[in-house]
Amino acid sequence: MNQQVSSAPLELKPVKPIKIPVFVSSLGIGALSIGLVLGVWYVARYFVGADLPTPQATAVVFWDLVKDPFRNSGPNDQGIGRLLWSSLARVSGGWLLGAIVAIPLGMLMGSIPFMQRLMNPIVQVLRPVSPLAWYPIALVALKSTPNALLFVIFITSLWSTVLNTAFGVASVPKDYKNVARVFNFTPDRYVRQVLIPFALPHILTGLRLSFGVAWMVIVAAEMLSGASGIGFFVWDSYNALSYEKVISAILVIGITGLLLDKIFEWAQKKVTYTV
Amino acid sequence: MYSDISTSAVLTAAHLQRSIGLEINGVSKSFGAYTAIEHVNLEIHAGEFVSLIGHSGCGKSTLLSLIAGLELPSTGSIRLDGLEILKPSPDRAVVFQNYSLLPWLNVYQNVSEALEAARPELSALEIKARVEIFLRAVSLWAHKDKRPSELSGGMKQRVAIARAFATHPKVLLLDEPFGALDALTRGTLQDKLNEMWTGESGVETVVMVTHDIDEALYLSDRIVVMSNGPKARIQEIIDVPFSRPRPRAELTRSSEFTTLRDKLVHLLTDVLAVHA
Repeated sequence: MNQQVSSAPLELKPVKPIKIPVFVSSLGIGALSIGLVLGVWYVARYFVGADLPTPQATAVVFWDLVKDPFRNSGPNDQGIGRLLWSSLARVSGGWLLGAIVAIPLGMLMGSIPFMQRLMNPIVQVLRPVSPLAWYPIALVALKSTPNALLFVIFITSLWSTVLNTAFGVASVPKDYKNVARVFNFTPDRYVRQVLIPFALPHILTGLRLSFGVAWMVIVAAEMLSGASGIGFFVWDSYNALSYEKVISAILVIGITGLLLDKIFEWAQKKVTYTV
Repeated sequence: MYSDISTSAVLTAAHLQRSIGLEINGVSKSFGAYTAIEHVNLEIHAGEFVSLIGHSGCGKSTLLSLIAGLELPSTGSIRLDGLEILKPSPDRAVVFQNYSLLPWLNVYQNVSEALEAARPELSALEIKARVEIFLRAVSLWAHKDKRPSELSGGMKQRVAIARAFATHPKVLLLDEPFGALDALTRGTLQDKLNEMWTGESGVETVVMVTHDIDEALYLSDRIVVMSNGPKARIQEIIDVPFSRPRPRAELTRSSEFTTLRDKLVHLLTDVLAVHA
């Protein structure tokens, strides 16, 4: 055998690799991902017991939830689309308020060293605090659950946007500043044509991170507050012992988060320039 | 000079009619404990093309930044037509070493934004016309809608040159403008620069920082050789007496060119030898 192989290495023809179409391989990997999740699910069920519903039972409940997402049968029986919409509206509102405060604040911190030194300690101390910790104070101060939730999301949305905006604004290269100085750019032209275009990708990174965290926090905040929304739905389903619904809600929350993130990714591509 | 009063009088009269140019008086520049240049005295007359040459770290770029007004001298002063330079001004346009185009603007906008900012007195129509004239002059009008990232290095530098010329400066400052380009592109752009300067661009004076002896000889009226830093000074000023226009092939073959070239090579490699 050995002799045969070593005596005729030049006659070995290269094996033509079998080409698998991209969509087939993607489908295969996709099926593998789902298989992995189902595998873990069954293993978990083996340990947890029958309290954890089967994938089949969950699929039935999931379909039941999404086939008529906008039904409205009273305040305690709303379609999942309506619940999702109320959470999304809340997150968007709080995030928008956060952006309105965070972007100018970040710009000030990035361009004025005094502002950086003044604000940075405050930001660094408040940033690691779970935004839910603000809920009691917000409830006392604002005296209404929806407003308190809005405030919690507002706080959540501040930090990433402030820090990324400040970083973007502070890192405008000296070359661009020199161009602006040599050609006598007014402050207004400098902000519009140099500062904002340069910092915009960083600002969008901050906004994207803020929205991602806000989408996580809203579920917890709604569970805590017992208000409406997808987080309330999770807690309500738990109380009703419908774990199929809980798992379905997790899936809906995840897919929604993914789609939102894709929108931000698209927007980031729009404003990113190549040097 | 004082011995011949009549010549002196004629010179003064001539000077009164046109711009005086740049006067660099006793200029030093330190960055903290590091002194880049020391006791630099130099007069650059309006209409002159002067090259600053020397080894890396000899402060030639520092001197250019001082003339641009991007930095201020630690001691001494620099005047343009009698007025002290205290900040950048569109009177002194700069072509930067790394092009420094704004990557989010296209070719047209890179020129028009600078022009609008530098010459706010121009109308929108005049701006449009001027941008077109100078982009055509550097053969980039067909590429006006492209972003800098879509251009080659030579094309980017042509945009930077068009931008600088379009703003109608008195003094054009070039910081190793062709250093990053291949030899063929460099030659073409040197000719383009020469053509635009000697043409009707309105640019009077050019100060160029370079590493390239041939480039300095081909383009300049005088070459200022800087000594090695720190504390760099002017080592020697060499007159380049060739008449213009200068046909490149004939010029580089001439014995005068070779003599000056040898002198500069000797200065830079023997007198100012750098032991790396």
